[in-house]
Amino acid sequence: MKAKFLVPLFLFLLLVGFLAYGLRLNPREVPSALIDKPAPAFRLAQLHQPDSQFGTDDLRGQVWLLNVWASWCVGCHQEHPYLMELARSAPVPLIGLNYKDERADAIQFLNSKGDPYQHIGVDADGKVGFEYGVYGAPETFLIDREGVIRYKHIGPLTREIYERELKPRIEELSRVG
Amino acid sequence: MWVDLSLSRWARCATLAGALLLGGGAQAAGQASLVADDPELEARVLALSHKLRCLVCQNESVAESRAPLAVDMRNQVREQLAAGKSEREVVDFLVARFGDFVVFTPPFRVSTALLWFGPGLLLVLGVSGLALRLRRRAQETPAPLDDAERARARALLAGDPPPEESRK
Repeated sequence: MKAKFLVPLFLFLLLVGFLAYGLRLNPREVPSALIDKPAPAFRLAQLHQPDSQFGTDDLRGQVWLLNVWASWCVGCHQEHPYLMELARSAPVPLIGLNYKDERADAIQFLNSKGDPYQHIGVDADGKVGFEYGVYGAPETFLIDREGVIRYKHIGPLTREIYERELKPRIEELSRVG
Repeated sequence: MWVDLSLSRWARCATLAGALLLGGGAQAAGQASLVADDPELEARVLALSHKLRCLVCQNESVAESRAPLAVDMRNQVREQLAAGKSEREVVDFLVARFGDFVVFTPPFRVSTALLWFGPGLLLVLGVSGLALRLRRRAQETPAPLDDAERARARALLAGDPPPEESRK
């Protein structure tokens, strides 16, 4: 009862605690509605071979990563060196979705920086990206053998994020079955 | 990082000029072709778009934003409304892809219960706390004055300084 005058101080500290926590959150990281939902099917022309198509059906039965990128996207330039490194060591295929890009720009981007992707689908009008709820390229999706989205990362992929979020999930998904 | 640099310089100039001419108003020049011919449909598209959050520039609605994604979303809304879908169905379609965050009004479920009930709960707590306190104060009858206090009160009322020793 004696320390009653401390109550406002405690309330204030509680508020500060909430605000400090709120400050550290990234408002861009909106939880994806698609986690644990089937990855939207697509069949797209390939960037390097416009005449041939590939799609989600071709990837059934394996765990894979879908990276949404474009040559105009600054974050994609940032993450590219890491994607090149990842392509050499990752145990799963890295598939690119070239989002709202010009074919010539995209090819030039890859020619100058290297091509980490096994396949690249061309999503010039952003229709497939829309189905995947893409709102800020680059985005990276982890999709399991049954074609279910298991994880989504928004923003440039880094080694730290891969090791912490993606690698354990990939190992687990690859082990099962 | 989220700016669509693929917009051609011309389109950007045109939209800027349009926005300036219209005072930053509704439809800028670069998007004029995307407006539906049917004004009634367009009104419904805009009304619904005002309830949707643009995920690129998060505190703007899809109706207000000129981010490429917002344009895509308006087009989706327009297409689906034109195809005869209800507002509810269109919202569900967008929520399925972009999550609850895309609507400004959060849906009602267990995880959002605190959000919906929290303010009411705080109000009830505050009002009942206040009522309790007021009731207790009304019931508290002050202790009768003793002789020293009575003398001090009398002195104060008479305008004299109170005797030193009675001060606590």
